[in-house]
Amino acid sequence: MLRLLNALFLLACMASPGLADPLGLGRVADADEIAAWDIDIRPDGLGLPVGQGDVALGEELFNDVCAACHGDFGEGLGLYPSLAGGEDTLTQPRPVKSIGSFVPYLSTIFDFIHRAKPFGDAQSYSTDEEYALVAYLLYLNDLVDEDFILSQGNFPDIHLPNEAAFFSDDRTVTELPVFSADPCMADCKSSVEIVSRGLADITPEGAEN
Amino acid sequence: MSERDTPNKPSRRSFLKGAATAGAAGLTAKTANAGDPAITELQPWMITRGDGVASRPYGYPAPQEANVIRRNIDWLTADDISSVNFTPIHALNGTITPNGLCFERHHGGIAEIDPAQHRLMIHGLVDRPLVFTLEDLMRFPREDRVHFLECAANSGMEWRGAQMNAAQFTHGMIHNVMYTGVPLRHLLAEAGVKTAGKWLLAEGADAVKMARSIPLEKALDDCMVAFAMNGEALRPEQGYPLRLVVPGWEGAMWVKWLRRLEVGDAPWHMREEASRYTDLLADGRSRRFTFEMDAKSVITSPAPESPITHGSGPLVLSGLAWSGRGTIPRVDITLDGGINWHKARMSGMGSDKALHRFYYEFNWDGRPMLLQSRAHDSTGYVQPTKDALRAIRGSASVYHNNGIQTWAVDQNGGVSNVEIT
Repeated sequence: MLRLLNALFLLACMASPGLADPLGLGRVADADEIAAWDIDIRPDGLGLPVGQGDVALGEELFNDVCAACHGDFGEGLGLYPSLAGGEDTLTQPRPVKSIGSFVPYLSTIFDFIHRAKPFGDAQSYSTDEEYALVAYLLYLNDLVDEDFILSQGNFPDIHLPNEAAFFSDDRTVTELPVFSADPCMADCKSSVEIVSRGLADITPEGAEN
Repeated sequence: MSERDTPNKPSRRSFLKGAATAGAAGLTAKTANAGDPAITELQPWMITRGDGVASRPYGYPAPQEANVIRRNIDWLTADDISSVNFTPIHALNGTITPNGLCFERHHGGIAEIDPAQHRLMIHGLVDRPLVFTLEDLMRFPREDRVHFLECAANSGMEWRGAQMNAAQFTHGMIHNVMYTGVPLRHLLAEAGVKTAGKWLLAEGADAVKMARSIPLEKALDDCMVAFAMNGEALRPEQGYPLRLVVPGWEGAMWVKWLRRLEVGDAPWHMREEASRYTDLLADGRSRRFTFEMDAKSVITSPAPESPITHGSGPLVLSGLAWSGRGTIPRVDITLDGGINWHKARMSGMGSDKALHRFYYEFNWDGRPMLLQSRAHDSTGYVQPTKDALRAIRGSASVYHNNGIQTWAVDQNGGVSNVEIT
C-alpha cells in the first residue's frame, strides 16, 4: 500500500514543475503522532479541542497562577504583559496592548494558553480549564458576563474589539516609492541641530573596548 | 559609559613637529636611546614555551578580549527567560558573526534538546504526512548560504528619540552566519503539498512552542532547515538541532528547535504575529505580516563603545549594512549631519540578504562630527531618516525601525547617540 502511495506521489510530483522528485526519506506520520503535536488553533476555530469552561473556574485558576505576573485584574505587574484594560490607548503616547484593546483574535489567546501556559509548566491545563481561563479573560475585559460559559460551539462567534484595525503589510505602496528617490549628496541643508541625546543612565555599563 | 579616559592625543606642537620631520601625521616623537620596550626588552612569551596543542580542545578568544560579549538590559524585559541579548557589533570586524556572539531572543528560554529524540514532522495539506529524524535530513541535498538575521525589534527603543548610548544596544539584535541545511522545498516536495496549501506553520519544540505563519511562496523560494552555523552544529541558544532560515525576513520567523511544519490554506495569527510583531501606527491601526526587513545600516566604529582614541589624522570609519530585499551596492556617509554625503567603500562578500561591510577613510581634523550612514539596496530603496519613518508610522510601532542612526563625535573623540534635525 505504501509503495502504491509512493508511486502515486511520485507521479503527482512529476506533474508539479519546480518541485524536486521525492527521495523516499522519512516515514509516514501516525494519526496519534499528528494529534499529539497538532496543537494550533485558528481564528475560524480550526483546531479547537472539544470542551467548555466558565468564568468562575477561570477566576480560580487565574488567581492561583496567572495573577502573580499578570496581576489580579490582568493589568500586568511590572513588565509582564497586560491582559485587560487599555481601551482607547492605542493612539496615546503609551499604548496598552491587552486582549480587549489590541489582540485581533480570541484564538490567538486560546492557542497561546494551550501551547505555552502556565509559563514553565506548559500544556498542563485540561481542555476545560483552558476554556475557563479564556472565559475569565473575556470577563476581565468586560466582554462577557460573569455567568458566561465558553465552548467550542460559541467560540467562533466571539470577536475581539480591535479585529478590524489590522491590515496586511502595505509598505510596497505606502513606503517603497517614497523611499526610493535619488538622495541629495551636497549642500542638502543649511544647518543641523541636535534634538535628542542617548541616555547614559539607562545604558548598561562596561561595554567599552 | 559615563567616565572615559581622555584619549592620548598629540599636542598641536608635537603634531606639527612630527609632520615636518617625518612628512606624515601621527608619528610620535621619541627621545633617542629609549626604544620601545616592547621591542628592546624580551617579553615573557618570547622566552618560555607556551601551552601545547592538547590544552585548548575548543579554542576561546584571548583573555584581553573578554569584554567582547553578548549583553542584555535588565530593565527591558520582565525576566531573562523571555528576553533578548545583543551582539557586540561595535567590537567585530568583517561580516561573519562568531557563533558565541550571535544575539539571542527566546520566548521560553533555551530548549536543551537531545538530538536522538528530536523529530521534524510535516503534515496538514500534504499528500503524505511525514516524520524525519536528523539522520533522514542529512540525506537531502544541502546548501550553504550566508544570511543576516535581524530581530524586528532591533532599534525599537529608539522610536521616540535617542535612547541607548551604545551601538550594541541600538543595533545589536542582528547576526550573520553561514548556514548549512536543506532547502525547505525539498522537504515539502517529499510530503507533496496539495494545491489548496497557501501557508506554512513553523513550530519549535521549546516551552512556548514558538510558532509563526509563513507564506508558502516564501517557503518554496529560499527558506531552509539549517543544522549548522559557521561550519559547526547550531548552538543550543540558536535552535540546536534544527532551525528555520527565512532569508531577509524578521528574526522571529526563523523558528528555533524546529519540530513541526503544517501546511494550511490560511495564516494562524499566532501570538507572535498578532499580539506581538505587529506594527501599531499613529492612527491606532496595525500592520501585520510585515515580514521583510527594510534596508538599514549603522556605523560600528566610531561608536559610543568604540570612540576615537588616537586623536586627529587618519581615521577608519566602518560599519554594517543590510537589506531583506537583496544586496547593498552603495552606502553614503556624512560627517556633518547630512549636509554633505560621500560614497563609502564596500568590502567583503556582500551576498544576497547578508551583512555588508563598508569603510570610509579620511583625515579627521579633530573637530566635532555628526556621523551617519545611509544604505541603498539593490531594489533602489534608500534608507530613510527616522523622521521620515515617523511621518508614515508614528512612533509607537516598536518594530521595523530602520531609520538612519546619528553618532555625535566630540573634540576628544568621544561618541554618543543623538538625533538631529
